Amino acid sequence: MRETVVASPMLFRVASFDTPVVNLTVDGRSIQARRGESVLAAMLSHGGHVRRHEHGGAPRASFCLMGACQDCWVWIGAGERARACTTPVADGMEVSTSPTVHGG
Amino acid sequence: MARVVVIGAGPAGIAAAEVLSRASVEVAVIDEAPRAGGQYHRAPAPGLALDMRRLLGTGYAAYETFHNDAASVCSRVDYRPGTLAWGVHGGAVHLASRGAAKALGYDALVLATGATDRIMPVPGWTLPGVFTLGGAQALLKDQGCLIGRRVVVCGSSPLLYLAAVQYLRAGGEIAAVIDTTRFADKLRALPDMLAAPRVLRDGLHHMAALKRRGVRIIHGATIDAFEGEERVGAVVCTPPNRMPLRIACDAVAYGHGLRPETQLAELAGCALRFDAAQRTHVPETDLDGRAGQGVYVAGDGGTIGGGQAAAVSGRLAAAAALSDLGATTNDVDLEAGRRMLQRLRRFQRGLATAFRWPGERAGQLDDAVILCRCENVTMGEVRAAIALEDGAAEVNRIKAATRCGMGRCQGRFCGPGLAEVAAISAQHPGSERDRLRVQAPIKPLPIALAEDVVP
Amino acid sequence: MSAIDVDVAIVGGGLIGCMTAFALCKRGRSVVVLERGRVGGESSGVSFGSLRLQGQHAVELPLALRAHEIWETIEEELGESIQFARHGHVHLALNDEHRARLESNARHGRAHGMDITLLDREMTLRRWPFLSDKVVAASWSTRDAVVNPRLVAPAFARAARRLGATIHEGIEVARVEQGGGRFIVHGRMRDGSEPVISSAALVNAAGAWSDTLAAQFGETIPLFAAGPAELVTEPIPPFAAPVMHVVDGSILFRQTDRGNVIIAGHPRMKVDAETRRARVPPDKILINLARLVAIVPRMRAHAVIRSWTGIEGYVEDMMPVLGPSSTTPGLYHACAFSGHGLQMGPAAAVAIAELIADGATTMPIAPFDIRRFYATGQQRTLSLAEEFQADVLPPRDGLVR
Ligand SMILES: Cc1cc2nc3c(=O)[nH]c(=O)nc-3n(C[C@H](O)[C@H](O)[C@H](O)COP(=O)(O)OP(=O)(O)OC[C@H]3O[C@@H](n4cnc5c(N)ncnc54)[C@H](O)[C@@H]3O)c2cc1C
Ligand code: FES
Repeated sequence: MRETVVASPMLFRVASFDTPVVNLTVDGRSIQARRGESVLAAMLSHGGHVRRHEHGGAPRASFCLMGACQDCWVWIGAGERARACTTPVADGMEVSTSPTVHGG
Repeated sequence: MARVVVIGAGPAGIAAAEVLSRASVEVAVIDEAPRAGGQYHRAPAPGLALDMRRLLGTGYAAYETFHNDAASVCSRVDYRPGTLAWGVHGGAVHLASRGAAKALGYDALVLATGATDRIMPVPGWTLPGVFTLGGAQALLKDQGCLIGRRVVVCGSSPLLYLAAVQYLRAGGEIAAVIDTTRFADKLRALPDMLAAPRVLRDGLHHMAALKRRGVRIIHGATIDAFEGEERVGAVVCTPPNRMPLRIACDAVAYGHGLRPETQLAELAGCALRFDAAQRTHVPETDLDGRAGQGVYVAGDGGTIGGGQAAAVSGRLAAAAALSDLGATTNDVDLEAGRRMLQRLRRFQRGLATAFRWPGERAGQLDDAVILCRCENVTMGEVRAAIALEDGAAEVNRIKAATRCGMGRCQGRFCGPGLAEVAAISAQHPGSERDRLRVQAPIKPLPIALAEDVVP
Repeated sequence: MSAIDVDVAIVGGGLIGCMTAFALCKRGRSVVVLERGRVGGESSGVSFGSLRLQGQHAVELPLALRAHEIWETIEEELGESIQFARHGHVHLALNDEHRARLESNARHGRAHGMDITLLDREMTLRRWPFLSDKVVAASWSTRDAVVNPRLVAPAFARAARRLGATIHEGIEVARVEQGGGRFIVHGRMRDGSEPVISSAALVNAAGAWSDTLAAQFGETIPLFAAGPAELVTEPIPPFAAPVMHVVDGSILFRQTDRGNVIIAGHPRMKVDAETRRARVPPDKILINLARLVAIVPRMRAHAVIRSWTGIEGYVEDMMPVLGPSSTTPGLYHACAFSGHGLQMGPAAAVAIAELIADGATTMPIAPFDIRRFYATGQQRTLSLAEEFQADVLPPRDGLVR
């Protein structure tokens, strides 16, 4: 499923990172971020939500931004479960937001 | 040598570790975050060009002092950032970090786990663009991002004004601040609030700053809905004796103060009691934070009290742990600490009046409103389960019947609202009540973590 | 609460107590259920939810099958869903010894008319491709089912209440006296009040605490408390319809309709029946997860979100105590279900209701008589070391009177 991040970004960056650029993909789509950014900040700087809810499919863009609500879990690479708000980006990271790619 | 494990590297945890590090005990400080600071003193990610001095204004001095202390303390103890404590059992905390699980035994355990936002559900609160108030601040400090370009800050909390001011300083636009507590209640709280004149002064200062910048502040409104399709586009609220207002925005920062993170205390065997003033369950402790079974609770994880109270309670808890272990603690002035803590707690009581938790809203929300965002359980489903119980519904029974509180967050966000619906149905709203019980792991644990465990 | 006068007082509002109340009400008896905490609040509300037929003890299978007939139409009778689903049950073998067990179970089951298919490794992996090649064989029984255990006792309690039963929560049975051919049951409520209930018959459905009640009548049930570790994952797209169960019980899992995978694994742990606190130690969580990924590698990509256990009463032969008291006319025991009370519950309840109403039952319960413990030389029929952690089992001589 190529379900994704809609075009209009959620977040508004007001301070920049003076760190190297990292390239990552979110559900196959390439995006750029800076080292030090969280996966969540990177995703929401390029799109309007983080995932679709498993019951009902409504878009979710996370909520607490501090590791409490657990509404921002994604998969990294070959199926590492990670919480986007507390996971830093890394170069070459492949983020996916739907479990189907891991065979469920 | 006895080992004391401190969970949490916020103001309470660092203050506790500070005292402990000067005694002859082995000290470990565990925090899930990559950097010390907790929610209050959260520091920017490395390489982020964020001017904290400008952002924090008068709050900068405390921030700077904290981080200097923290750096020195963390270098002297076994500091483990990026490490989640997900269980406590048989005198050991169970940790997960970088894909590995470990257990760490303790002789004393200081829980300085802090708090997270307390939420009353509102129609539309699960829409993209609606974030917690604490989260909106955390994102700014940690990542240099605002949650949107035109933000409504709402709920009821002293942090409303602080967050709004910080967003303005950072270059954001505040569409409105909607405070659900009436201004008259704020005045009523003044005598208690005078217990901490500096904090009160800062609060008034923030309100004035917002007014000067032309930010609309609405007191005593009910929040009717967050509207939008795939993203929040407006907040609808009704000010007292007025028609509903619709305020356009592209993001919402929402919260009704804080609720303590008590999960580890519960797993460690501490008794929890319902605190009527805070309208939440808190670990039962003495003034120094002794919670029984070698466990000590400090900071917001015990009683919501703010950064200053947290630091004081951290020192007291450390001193209590040391004296119970038979170590010396002559460098903490216990009496002064206790007096200060009591004063700050009085102030906090004032805050509970000035920024009311709108428990009664739970009774007015439409059946279609989602109560449990993890499991997508609606108010209507919860009410139906309550009706089946002839009004004798208890939260864990409702949880069993509806899955409300059974999701990934284990009731952190639906718990307070659920407790109110149950209390309303039981027709004893202010009285002693039950709470959702937690189990390990207190946060989701990737199963891959167990791959290296020998079965 | 003023003095209550009923035909039958049932001590314990677990699923056994509630099902028995429902069965008795259908026979026109007046019933009160006395529950210390909440209906279904102990082991009944926290079980794994499996209605397993395959591999049931040969002696128990006749009663288990009668129970299953009742389960299959129970939702109509209750008028509400308890999420009964006939997903089937798969026993997995990880070695030759396991495989031999599957074969012998299949023989027993088929003799009782069950539909059981044996699959070799290749067939197993083709049928359930998510399993790893550690699995060497499987046996698949199609009639086995699951329910949502959290809903069971409350649903039966409601159904019984509709038929006139009184279900009392928050009342502990402190002591029972006899007088004038009746049982005088002294309760204790949390507020300190001490209601008295008078009944013609008394049912001991007190779960892990039923030995205490039996002792008041001079009877010994060699009961010990334990609990299996249960874990649940976040919701996952559906992949595993049947219950999957390594035949030695070291790991079993099932997926709920909402996608969560529930994981359990023996040996069962020590729990504290006195304080009624029971938690799964973190080490045990990790061990069970490691066992799970070993046979279902794809689970590594998901997270576990909670653990729990419950306080269940077991006896060494792992069979219930079901039937009349050996000392006291009018007293009936329905306890010691030893890990499978959910499955057997409906038949056990009918048996007790028939004994009370008719003086005899059509249910095959003869093997479960309490007097079996009085015979000397009682043998362990199962390898209990596989079932329980070493610290759970009572000392050998404590058991036989
Ligand atoms: C974790 C777990 C998983 C399980 N999985 C399965 C499964 O998959 N399939 C299956 O068939 N079975 C399973 N079981 C077993 C099954 O749950 C039990 O056999 C069944 O619930 C027993 O029901 P009960 O009513 O006897 O016990 P309980 O539910 O324990 O009820 C006994 C009740 O008596 C009350 N009580 C005790 N003393 C007094 C007193 N003096 N006064 C008043 N009240 C009193 C207690 O509070 C309690 O509510 C499992 C058990 C556990 C713990
Ligand atoms: S946003 Fe709440 S846990 Fe990540």
